[in-house]
Amino acid sequence: MAKELLKGNIAMAEAAIRAGLEGYFGYPITPQTELLEWMSERMPALGRAFLQAESEVAAINMLYGAACTGARVMTSSSSPGISLMMEGLSYIAGTEVPVVIIDVVRGGPGLGNIAPSQGDYNQIVHGGGHGDYHPIVLAPASVQEAIDLVVLAFDLAEKYRTIVFIMADGNIGQMMEPAELPPMRPIKTEYPDWAVRGAMGRERRILSSIYIDPKDEEVTNYRLMQVWNQIQANEIRYREYYLDDAEYVVIGFGTAGRIGLSAVRMARAEGIKVGLLRPITLSPFPVPQIERLIPRIKGILVVEMNAGQMLEDVLNIVKGRVPVEFYGRMGGMVPFPDEILSEIQRMVCEGIPLDGDPRQRWMKRLAPVIHWQN
Amino acid sequence: MQTEILIAGFGGQGVLFAGQILAYAAMDAGREVTWIPSYGPEMRGGTANCTVIISDEEIGSPLVLNPTAVIALNLPSLEKYEPMVKPGGVLVVNSSLVNRGPKRQDIESIFIPVNEIAERLGNRRLLNMVAVGALLAKLPVLSLDQIKQALEDHLPERHKKFMEANLLALQEGAEFALKEGTVKVG
Repeated sequence: MAKELLKGNIAMAEAAIRAGLEGYFGYPITPQTELLEWMSERMPALGRAFLQAESEVAAINMLYGAACTGARVMTSSSSPGISLMMEGLSYIAGTEVPVVIIDVVRGGPGLGNIAPSQGDYNQIVHGGGHGDYHPIVLAPASVQEAIDLVVLAFDLAEKYRTIVFIMADGNIGQMMEPAELPPMRPIKTEYPDWAVRGAMGRERRILSSIYIDPKDEEVTNYRLMQVWNQIQANEIRYREYYLDDAEYVVIGFGTAGRIGLSAVRMARAEGIKVGLLRPITLSPFPVPQIERLIPRIKGILVVEMNAGQMLEDVLNIVKGRVPVEFYGRMGGMVPFPDEILSEIQRMVCEGIPLDGDPRQRWMKRLAPVIHWQN
Repeated sequence: MQTEILIAGFGGQGVLFAGQILAYAAMDAGREVTWIPSYGPEMRGGTANCTVIISDEEIGSPLVLNPTAVIALNLPSLEKYEPMVKPGGVLVVNSSLVNRGPKRQDIESIFIPVNEIAERLGNRRLLNMVAVGALLAKLPVLSLDQIKQALEDHLPERHKKFMEANLLALQEGAEFALKEGTVKVG
């Protein structure tokens, strides 16, 4: 199929439809409303289910119910809406049914604003809902990647009976880029042997997240962790740029990752040996890939559009063996490549200490930047 | 090689579409391209801008601090973005709506009365195409023919009746820019 100029939100919606989406349940919120709007027209036209719920709480529970039928289902929202969905998410995780959720992250905390942000890293990657569960989290950096990851998300969700998040941000949602949509897949006709679709003529199946006897709940938790181990072993995805001879590495995902790419190219033009590691799966995190870099590099710069949420995961891997620096913008502010270039230049010229807290150092450097821009 | 074009003005001036038509033409030419709007709680008459990046390799940041070229369709956009143009870059200004000349000597500034030209062509909504024509006369990242083809291929069917007028607007903009558009400081 030929490339089309597609807006991220609409591309993700259409990709889901072509991946065989059977039901969408959602509630409008900027900056992802175009996604729901697209679904509202396309899904009924195709004879599939579109339902605008009365709230995000209702939407996630509709999604939960629909997922129990084994159908391909999804919802989408933005940060505060995702926060509202957390109880339902935990129930979905506990019931082990596959769902896909797109979070087009906006500035927070609170009502915040509708500008691009990556402030949902912790709420998605490290929980949100109660109990021990790990969703798969995919972070696209372009419209094409968003399309490809939405399709992948459904396959992974069904393969592992798990929650798969697409963590995008307002930039990915609003941006237009040439991209190719996949061909329309037929709606599936066979459903898994756990799905509840009417028990006429067979023994009934029960899907639930209630395990009153803690012994049973522990067994369930153990099973969830076994699945998570498989996911960690098999599903890590990332992109590397200019890492072959790199002495310094920028680590950033999604929009921050592609801004990092611009900065890395600018630094390369000045002769600085720097590369970029862009995690595509935030969960499972590319731990072995970072581990392999550590013996041969002089420093790491973590770049995010938040106050250093992924930074904690990087520090956990590095464990003080290589100096780590951090640069982030918060609250819906998006860094320009020039800001990251200065960070790379400073890291190379002045060096970075092995000890101390990269977040404290960053806050000192950021204060004048914030004042200058106001 | 990467070219960044920022288009800014009032909502309703066709800022976003002007950027999209550049993006379509770039895509059809087989280039890498991103189009990103300023989005926010905005309304008609408020400010709008979009950034188009055209490149030969995978595009990094969709936003840049110092674009190669800026089209400023009103005074607030001129004040905000004139200082940001990359040295050696191009600035196209809607002289119909600004009351001052250029301040930068290290860029090429085109002052063009796009409102008057569009009205003379019979439709003031053509002003964005006049500005695009003026820009491409000075910044040969895409040819006018490529823009015309993009209009033919991607203009929504209901707007096809404006095709001829759009092509004329591009042409008029380009001719004005080449003949008398460039304005020096002072």
